[in-house]
Amino acid sequence: MLDLTAEERAIAEGRDGAGAAMAMRIVADSARLLGAPRLIPVASAHIDGALYHGDSGTLFAERLVAGGARVAVRATLNVGALDLTGGCRVRLEGARRDMAGRMMQAYRALGCEPSWTCAPYQAGHRPAQGTDVAWGESNAVVFCNSVLGARTNRYGDFLDIACAIAGRAPCTGLHLPENRRATVEFDVSALSSEFLSSEIAWPVLGSLYGRELGNAIGVVTGIAAHPGEDALKAFGAAAASSGAVGLFHIAGVTPEAEDCDAATGGLPPAATIRVTPAMAADAQRRLSTAGPAKRIDAVAIGSPHLSAAELDALERLVAGRKLAVPLYACTGRHALAAFDRDGRRAALEQAGVILVADTCVVVTPILADRPDGVLMTNSGKFAHYAPGNTGYAVLYAALPDCVESAVAGRPVLAEAAR
Amino acid sequence: MSAETGVTAPPAEASAAAMAEVLVPGAGGRAPALVLDGPISFWGGVDAATGRIADVRHPQLGAHIAGTVLFLPGTIGSSSASAVLLELVHNGHAPAALVLHEPDAILLLGLIVAREMGWPTPVAVRLARERHDAFRGCMMAVGAATEAGARVALRIATDTTSG
Repeated sequence: MLDLTAEERAIAEGRDGAGAAMAMRIVADSARLLGAPRLIPVASAHIDGALYHGDSGTLFAERLVAGGARVAVRATLNVGALDLTGGCRVRLEGARRDMAGRMMQAYRALGCEPSWTCAPYQAGHRPAQGTDVAWGESNAVVFCNSVLGARTNRYGDFLDIACAIAGRAPCTGLHLPENRRATVEFDVSALSSEFLSSEIAWPVLGSLYGRELGNAIGVVTGIAAHPGEDALKAFGAAAASSGAVGLFHIAGVTPEAEDCDAATGGLPPAATIRVTPAMAADAQRRLSTAGPAKRIDAVAIGSPHLSAAELDALERLVAGRKLAVPLYACTGRHALAAFDRDGRRAALEQAGVILVADTCVVVTPILADRPDGVLMTNSGKFAHYAPGNTGYAVLYAALPDCVESAVAGRPVLAEAAR
Repeated sequence: MSAETGVTAPPAEASAAAMAEVLVPGAGGRAPALVLDGPISFWGGVDAATGRIADVRHPQLGAHIAGTVLFLPGTIGSSSASAVLLELVHNGHAPAALVLHEPDAILLLGLIVAREMGWPTPVAVRLARERHDAFRGCMMAVGAATEAGARVALRIATDTTSG
């Protein structure tokens, strides 16, 4: 049974206005459904709810605004359906465009920060280890739990903003230390160090991990050195696309896994998955849905949004050459600011790169409408969602191959996919 | 689905009624049962504009959930499932009632928000998936509920006037 404090009950009954009351009731009703005994304070929120799926979501946000609601804690915004920076034209027209814009505006009016990125953790929003927070967007949730060691469940649309306004969340799930222990070992020690140090290793292994683990919590073992934050970002995003992964550990790398024992709480894992080179090769093959292709129609990178370091890598690989097909590079204002300042953006756009900010190519219509289109990507998450959301078939490849293929207008693969 | 094609006489041995726990209060009503053969993800699996099942891997691809008593053996949790259900309630393509094997807090949030918005909302109840099959193809009558945790009757409509 849910036990609300006197203050929480007063807020739910309207003490702080109609908007705050609605938010508190939504948090409390969700807590009852989840079987949570009480609510806990949260230190911050990341809001995935400002992406337009239809008019109802806009009307909901505007109702909160009309009721005088404001976020009680720091709240960054995930992507919206429009590029408000004007760098890229989204093909959403008429009433739908108006409603998508109104929705983004309403979330700003609630006091959320216009970060508009699915990588808030690379835009200065990094809650401390052990802090309870309420985050949405599957890759942000998994990064927040796994790499930062802060504690969040997967807060979906509406509940994310309701928690941010109430400053509270249901006390259940991954907020409780006993629910954060790994029960499955995911042993990659049989893979070559050459593969493990390649760029594609992490999105490929993430995709396999998500499919094998589902919503279980695992600990990856057999990793010799920290692979870097962008690699962990790609692993988590791919894992959270192919499975309902909210938290992973990597022995010797992530904060709650000094070693395998620390991750499992000293218990032997209930199951061990020993990843073979054949399993990794199969996972890599499964990221592509296109058959042998003579041409590609576009390249998309940046799911999750590109970091400043990833933009640097793109720039180095393009090296001033002209691209034959458009390369959509999805990123956030946080990474673009410095790029703009140094005049580097214009050069990249001249080459044929389309810099997409505030949104991305699988959540809103940006790619040309092409029923038989072929999209190349180095992102495990794009590979998972592009076929269903854009209609394009996917060819999965490492970033250097993506750039060479964009220059050539056809698949150019440096090495046979292994 | 019309009553003519969707309704058959209940098997004699089947339980023709159940009392089900209310997960989210709402209107009940009379509507044909749609018993899903597999779990579904609302986001990406159901068209938010029409209520048509759009998941190409789902055995009931192409069926419409609008205006049915929808029996869900399981859900695949996308964090935007609630947004799709809220949109269906708002545009009039929601099921008349939802019957879930177990509560899915993300999906049902769509109904919680719809109630807060003051929109007419279908009732959602809990019933073990082993009992769903007894209602397959039947015209259903589902009681309305005003309180979570209460119990409502879920039964096969016995008269034929609703066809």
